[in-house]
Amino acid sequence: MAVLLLAEINDGALAMDATAKAVSAAQPLGEVTVLAVGSSAKDAAAEAATIAGVAKVLVAEDALYGHRLAEPTAALIVSLAGGYSHIVAPATTDAKNILPRVAALLDVMVLTDVTAVVDADTFERPVYAGNAMQTVKSKDATKVITFRTSTFDAAATGGSAALEDVAAGENPGLSEWIEDKVAESDRPELTSAGIVVSGGRGVGSEEDFAIIEKLADKLGAAVGASRAAVDSGFAPNDWQVGQTGKVVAPDLYVAVGISGAIQHLAGMKDSKIIVAINKDEEAPIFQVADFGLVADLFQAVPELTEKL
Amino acid sequence: MKVLVPVKRVIDYNVKVRVKADGSGVDLANVKMSMNPFDEIAVEEAIRLKEAGKASEVIAVSIGVKQAQETLRTALAMGADRAILVVAADDVHEDIEPLAVAKILAAIVKEEEPGLVICGKQAIDNDLNATGQMLAALTGFAQATNANTLEVDGDAAIVAREVDGGLQTIKVTLPAIVTTDLRLNEPRYASLPNIMKAKKKPLDEKTAADYGVDTAPRLEIVKTAEPAERAAGIMVGSVDELVAKLKDAGAI
Ligand SMILES: Cc1cc2nc3c(=O)[nH]c(=O)nc-3n(C[C@H](O)[C@H](O)[C@H](O)COP(=O)(O)OP(=O)(O)OC[C@H]3O[C@@H](n4cnc5c(N)ncnc54)[C@H](O)[C@@H]3O)c2cc1C
Ligand SMILES: Nc1ncnc2c1ncn2[C@@H]1O[C@H](COP(=O)(O)O)[C@@H](O)[C@H]1O
Repeated sequence: MAVLLLAEINDGALAMDATAKAVSAAQPLGEVTVLAVGSSAKDAAAEAATIAGVAKVLVAEDALYGHRLAEPTAALIVSLAGGYSHIVAPATTDAKNILPRVAALLDVMVLTDVTAVVDADTFERPVYAGNAMQTVKSKDATKVITFRTSTFDAAATGGSAALEDVAAGENPGLSEWIEDKVAESDRPELTSAGIVVSGGRGVGSEEDFAIIEKLADKLGAAVGASRAAVDSGFAPNDWQVGQTGKVVAPDLYVAVGISGAIQHLAGMKDSKIIVAINKDEEAPIFQVADFGLVADLFQAVPELTEKL
Repeated sequence: MKVLVPVKRVIDYNVKVRVKADGSGVDLANVKMSMNPFDEIAVEEAIRLKEAGKASEVIAVSIGVKQAQETLRTALAMGADRAILVVAADDVHEDIEPLAVAKILAAIVKEEEPGLVICGKQAIDNDLNATGQMLAALTGFAQATNANTLEVDGDAAIVAREVDGGLQTIKVTLPAIVTTDLRLNEPRYASLPNIMKAKKKPLDEKTAADYGVDTAPRLEIVKTAEPAERAAGIMVGSVDELVAKLKDAGAI
């Protein structure tokens, strides 16, 4: 049993938290080889080599992999797939783009958002927006898996795996990168933050979202949003928490002006402590909240920010 | 250019899902079924391309039980021109895996030669988020998943994709596979006259065997369980009380 793990690398930087969580998820499956792909990947590879439990790091550094386009990256992974029983990655939008393509090229199914490893063939994953947990056993020769990072602890560092260069693969030449629109922020990253403060439609406008951001900054938290808040233009798409957005499980999640639709709960109900602030006492969010406060957010949130 | 839109019949997103007591799955008998919401967005986008003169024909495809023809009628009422139903299951509890769906779709792509296939990014029942990418692999086409905007420009499409860090814009050579994200558009409702008209639009019925695809699952569902319940919480009366509780709990 051997595992090939696609490291999460953005613009040459290793996403340590996501990658280390995938390493710990993959550990029971066999010896873990990390694959670092990018136009600059050497530094990220060296960092990945320090994750405890990593046996080897393959480095594919080439301009071809500049923006991790699915077609060349999937082709590379398939060319390296022989000898691995499992091909895995953290369940980021990057990996969700690439790994199903890899699986189909290998004529196997893909298992996405896996939350537990039962044995080398058997895995648990949520379905129906987390309203059911399915245990599935794969009959495929190669298992292709993305791991939901919010349910695994990050592997420790302190390792010193060897690095090995691999040559770039073919370029299918089907797609071309044009631009990235990435908002720079000093806040912690949403999926690895210890505290998340999220705002919903109740916040009412993009300007008023500043109330949410101020509370988040006071707590050193990341900012999240409901779909309604994103659709209404109060918050950018990458803040969406939920079934079809990001899944988070921080120590503290504060939901403000969010009703608690199942699609939102799917993305945050595994948080350790949930606080809900909503003016409607009937709001379903209170059913999952450890501490609920029925109040107008425009009064309660600034007061909370002040008193913390 | 033809546009192919795969639409899946799934449990309506408003229905509360019930796990069967014997752990064999989720109860889908007599529950409201609808078109997967991401697929409504896909149908809408295809119709808009036709309205803009960029597409010549919109073909909706569904794979599953016979009743999926209702879902296809909805697509036709929204404005799709014709539909293909591939019957591949007798029981609604039998979900066809993305790999098999992608194989059937790849065979249809070969027959119909669409310039664009627009899938949903994710089916809200199995939450797999895989079919579009798998179809792209099997056809050897480019893929642009999680589309926030889509612009067809000659023999290419420019797609802004919703990714973890924000938006990534890429250009894909046509034919290509695009999957929709929530912000791509707001799907229209079918008007009553269009629902009537849709009844007369062509709907071809096929089987998985017609395409020579084996739909036997690769993943055996061992069991389906309820998720862990959260312990009941408490209501606090004021911001001061909330701060005190959070301090007690060591959360701040
Ligand atoms: C396919 C699909 C995928 C989806 N994916 C997601 C997803 O990933 N994430 C997600 O979040 N949603 C998702 N949704 C949407 C989901 O169903 C809900 O529509 C959405 O979560 C509602 O957002 P909201 O709670 O902000 O808005 P609403 O439901 O409108 O709730 C607003 C809340 O604010 C409260 N409020 C208003 N004013 C104030 C005030 N002054 N003070 C205090 N409280 C106030 C109200 O009482 C209300 O409870 C999805 C839906 C579909 C169909
Ligand atoms: N049985 C099916 N019939 C038609 N389209 C499907 C089917 N299954 C999946 N799809 C398409 O693939 C998308 C993603 O589904 P999934 O990969 O199952 O999450 C859906 O939004 C549909 O566009």
